Amino acid sequence: MALEDICGFTDTPVHAKWFPTSLFEDSISSIHLTDNCTFGLRKPKKSEGNGGIPMDFFIPTLPNSASFNHRPLPSPPAKYSAMVRRPFPLSHGTTTLGFVFQGGVIAAADTRASAGGLVACPAVHKITPIHSHLVVTSSGSGADCMLWERILAREIRLYQLRHRRRLSICGTAKLLSFMLHPFKGTEVCVALTLCGWDKGVTAATNSGPKLIYVCSDGARLQGDVFSVGSGSPYAYGVLDRELRWCLSKEEAISLAREAVFRATHRDAYSGNNVDLFHITAQGWSRRAREDLKEEYYRDMKRREKVAEERKRLIK
Amino acid sequence: MLSAQTFGGGPGKMKDYHYTGPVEHRFSPYAFNGGTVLAVAGEDFAIVASDTRLSEGYSIHSRDSPKCYKLTDTTVIGCSGFHGDCLTLTKIIDARLKMYKHSNNKSMTSGAIAAMLSTILYGRRFFPYYVYNIIGGLDEHGKGAVYSFDPVGSYQRDTYKAGGSASAMLQPLLDNQIGFKNMEGVEQVPLTKDKAVQLVKDVFISAAERDVYTGDALRICIVTKEGIDEQTVPLRKD
Repeated sequence: MALEDICGFTDTPVHAKWFPTSLFEDSISSIHLTDNCTFGLRKPKKSEGNGGIPMDFFIPTLPNSASFNHRPLPSPPAKYSAMVRRPFPLSHGTTTLGFVFQGGVIAAADTRASAGGLVACPAVHKITPIHSHLVVTSSGSGADCMLWERILAREIRLYQLRHRRRLSICGTAKLLSFMLHPFKGTEVCVALTLCGWDKGVTAATNSGPKLIYVCSDGARLQGDVFSVGSGSPYAYGVLDRELRWCLSKEEAISLAREAVFRATHRDAYSGNNVDLFHITAQGWSRRAREDLKEEYYRDMKRREKVAEERKRLIK
Repeated sequence: MLSAQTFGGGPGKMKDYHYTGPVEHRFSPYAFNGGTVLAVAGEDFAIVASDTRLSEGYSIHSRDSPKCYKLTDTTVIGCSGFHGDCLTLTKIIDARLKMYKHSNNKSMTSGAIAAMLSTILYGRRFFPYYVYNIIGGLDEHGKGAVYSFDPVGSYQRDTYKAGGSASAMLQPLLDNQIGFKNMEGVEQVPLTKDKAVQLVKDVFISAAERDVYTGDALRICIVTKEGIDEQTVPLRKD
């Protein structure tokens, strides 16, 4: 995607005809997002400026059900109110967490994708590297996160090619937040934590580990510890007890793993395996994916041992 | 608004309740046409199988409507869900494949088709294609690959996946037989092509027993480097 843009490979009108949105052009208006977030009817030639959303979305406008609808459908500015009812559930539900400590940033997540009550996939990658020093954990709707991460990676790469330097983590978060803003109020559900290491670019205060939470509601928060998803309350409980700045690398990894494990145990929508990434000044490194089923049996054995000890002491 | 005839129809006759207010009927642009699709990837082969029943509500529209579509010499896609969207989506994919072939002078690889399909599906995030897709084929190294999608474009490479109406019944069976999940102390032998085909046939026979939208016949497409081989096996017609 990025290479196509940088080479100036623009779509010809013939090519544009076969993009799905144009099949319905005569009957239903489709909205093309150009840069500065202005909206207009789709023109055959794509005016692709920098900062424009590189994706054409088909926004449906339903016919007016005049007879019983006494309230008229809202005028074009509130375009997203015409929503088609979906007959299927989308994937949701997760536990992801990230925290900063003296040895860098740890990002951890479970690997279950649930759609309604069914486990759609037990082995999803919820932590995706964007570049060598930035990793993003995703939570919310699976398809939204996957595509928006792809779009973000493309924009970051384009920035790097155009400006010959890497965009800072704060800048990345701002870019992502502004790209998601037009979709506020729609059912796009994306909650990402950017975990990365800023290489010392301008001021000394800017470099070092960084953790920023961005969500499709418009929130953009920097912090030291974030946990996102349906299992986040359980993860916060475990993290808040033990988390300190001066943890060693092994202690931090073990803490993150424990937090995800406890959350998967209590939350129905989280489970299966735990993925762990560690980001330092040298870049990110991934710990091998671990199946939490074994951990559950080990934990049970530990509890049995403690119970036995207690019985012996009481005797 | 409920109204009832206060004085009944006479002694011993029950009051007649009926609804007399306005009823809003909403047009749904979707319909569910049933069907199950399954794909398995092996060391040097891939299998995509689907039943051939097309149903809607209590009726069967057709007993010979397979849901596997051949895309290239090394890739087959299985689409189940709303038949109208399946047809349009396969037409769009075919057109994009032709355009790619003419611009780049080579066929699209399975991984590239999967990535393209993901963006096509997400372009309709606000009015999705009601289709559960599974792509099966060979990757650039000749190894079997299966890519499974959700209706809005989230996808993942797998070894096996079931989609469609009987997917919740078939997926656990595949997890056990191909993924060796929840089995202790078992030797994990890699799947051979003949064993995989037999397993797919058994699995669909089971699905046809318990799922009303699956049955009639089974179409199996076996993708190897020699090409795509098709087999049809009869299933329960009731």
